[in-house]
Amino acid sequence: MKKSLFVGALAATSLVAGIAQAQTLQAVKDRGELNCGVSTGLAGFSAPDANGVWQGFDVAKCRAVAAAVLDDPMAVNFVPTTGQTRFSALASGEVDMLARNSTWTFTRDIDLRLTFVGTNYYDGQGFMVNRELGVSSATELDGATVCIQTGTTTELNLADYFRANGMSYEPVPIETNAEAQQQYLAGACDVYTTDVSGLAATRASFENPGDHVILPEVISKEPLGPVVRDGDKEWEGIVRWTLFALIAAEELGITSANVSELAQGTDSPEINRLLGSEGDLGAMLGLDSEWAVRAISAAGNYGEIFSATIGDQTPIGLARGLNAQWTQGGLMYAPPFR
Amino acid sequence: MSSVTDDRTSSAAPKKGFRLSMLLYDQRYRSVTIQVFFLFLLMLGAAWLIDNTVNNLRALGKDFSFAFLTAPAGYDINQRPIEYNSQMTHGRAALVGLLNTIILAILACILATVLGVIAGVLRLSNNWIVSRLITVYVEVFRNIPTLLWILIFGAIMTEAMPAPSAFRGDDPAASMLFNDAIAITNRGVYIPAIHFTQDLGSIRIGPVAPSISWLLVIVIIAASIFANKKLIEHATRVQNATGIRPKTWWKTILILIAPITLYFIALGAYLDYPELRGFNFAGGTHLRNSLIAMWLGLGIYTGAFVAENVRAGILAISRGQTEAAYALGLQPGKTMRLVILPQALRVIIPPLISQYLNITKNTSLGLAVGYMDLRSTLGGITINQTGRELEGMMLMMLIYLAISLTISGLMNIYNSRIKLKER
Repeated sequence: MKKSLFVGALAATSLVAGIAQAQTLQAVKDRGELNCGVSTGLAGFSAPDANGVWQGFDVAKCRAVAAAVLDDPMAVNFVPTTGQTRFSALASGEVDMLARNSTWTFTRDIDLRLTFVGTNYYDGQGFMVNRELGVSSATELDGATVCIQTGTTTELNLADYFRANGMSYEPVPIETNAEAQQQYLAGACDVYTTDVSGLAATRASFENPGDHVILPEVISKEPLGPVVRDGDKEWEGIVRWTLFALIAAEELGITSANVSELAQGTDSPEINRLLGSEGDLGAMLGLDSEWAVRAISAAGNYGEIFSATIGDQTPIGLARGLNAQWTQGGLMYAPPFR
Repeated sequence: MSSVTDDRTSSAAPKKGFRLSMLLYDQRYRSVTIQVFFLFLLMLGAAWLIDNTVNNLRALGKDFSFAFLTAPAGYDINQRPIEYNSQMTHGRAALVGLLNTIILAILACILATVLGVIAGVLRLSNNWIVSRLITVYVEVFRNIPTLLWILIFGAIMTEAMPAPSAFRGDDPAASMLFNDAIAITNRGVYIPAIHFTQDLGSIRIGPVAPSISWLLVIVIIAASIFANKKLIEHATRVQNATGIRPKTWWKTILILIAPITLYFIALGAYLDYPELRGFNFAGGTHLRNSLIAMWLGLGIYTGAFVAENVRAGILAISRGQTEAAYALGLQPGKTMRLVILPQALRVIIPPLISQYLNITKNTSLGLAVGYMDLRSTLGGITINQTGRELEGMMLMMLIYLAISLTISGLMNIYNSRIKLKER
């Protein structure tokens, strides 16, 4: 009797807890601010500019969600997280979403109970070395000292790669990209390994980027994407479809310049549904019909964000490659807005 | 007299019978009431914490299990006191981290004690310059957070030392010290290692497999020290009986050095010098930057506190003891060693225990310079890769608690042995 009462009380409280957790959207609206977990500073992806305003590819994603939900792209509180703290910060509710080059893996999805809403950057792990070393391939790295951010998938890939190739290495575990950069430049490690995009971004901030080469081997698949807590379908939907809205906008030719004009109504039903002049997709998300218009106006569509933050024209200089639209031979593919 | 009156008044009270209000207003029951009340609050708080944990774990869809400790870790650890590779379990990785924690704690405790005793004695020196210099050391180190010292030593090692490539070429920019025996690089210090040509293999004790050759080294050294202690005791007995102390110095040297030397020769011990091979130095023993930064940071920082403990202990011994020793004709050095320090130890040991505990707990700052201690392996990478925050943290707290209790238990035994015997 006593036991069943206890279990009953437990079930009741856990039900309450479950409901409380499912209300991220309401919590964000009440707070008037989106708590977005980002990296501690990776040029091009998420880093504060000279005025202390966060800028970058991942940051733009946070701003788009804030614009869709709160009608203010600047209403974002950026929480810098390290490779070790990010998932705890998300699980504990410290942040509402993570936009922090986190790799979508089986165990993170299933065992860690995280929900990856999609992929906003298809990446792979690479190696950067000083040109002076004369190394042209990762297979020549036997015995090298390797700087690595702890708590990342790259740490595991690195162990696998060197083991599979019968090579030894000396790992130097490091917490943040900034520390890794400092150690690498001081020569405390021969090699810095992380996602190729991260290597390019880091190299761009060097005094002499030309002195460093990124080796041709890409040793892993690293689909990076925004992450939310498990068990909140409503919030998961908002973050997921905001990402898809940005990707679809590029495909459909909607840019930050013409979005308000197209929102008046066009001949394309798909654009109309996306921008809310037809149907009620916004209401299904728990938002109003203009949500996608605001998300796209915040920083532009996926292509605009890419080229403004990490693309060819920026110091980071990443090509679209796998991240081009599916119509251009890439992997960016948004499901239909219907 | 007064106690008799008290007894009378208190024995009169129970006759009136027990009323509920007496729990609050009667002095005899009040303290019990208050204690029961706060115990109840404490239990309520604990119950709430547990309930909250259970609920939140359920809400996250997580169970509570330590099964992750038997899963393959998948990550590598640079400093491995025992055999380890990425295919071994998370439990094994935690053990490697634990051993690294213990190694660092022991090294830092030794450094802090040596520095602290020297500095504590010298701070009381009559030499103005020496005592002021020590004052500067104590005040500078103990008033700046230990994490900053660790980072400073880490930065010095990384930024100011030459890269291994600087040792290369016909006219290298850097050269090794002591006839090519020691290389100080920005990746750590490489020192020669002792190896045996006739190794005795290793013995498996639970999860670790220490080398028999090295276990025997420890046994021989311990036996030598024990034998030397007996010799000194014998000399003291002779001195007490006859007034003449027999010469022991050559016997001491023989006892301490001969057995271990013979053992090394018998097993064909040789020095394995580090040499530049490929990207890095190979051979020898590699003391990584992270270890050196942690060791110096913790050791020198805590040494300043130990110095103050030692100074306090010495000052606690009355001036009369020194004067009495001088009156007997003892020189200042002997006075300190034979009269003051043995008495001062009684004051020094209890706070010294706290400092040892501090060092052990502060080793968990290792992550700051990438030292792979328990916090970095079990509490860092393992938790991150498996998502078992609660289990990992609880396990880690339990381990630190166990280490600390062991240290304080051992030190308390030592303390009770040296404290004033009251008969």
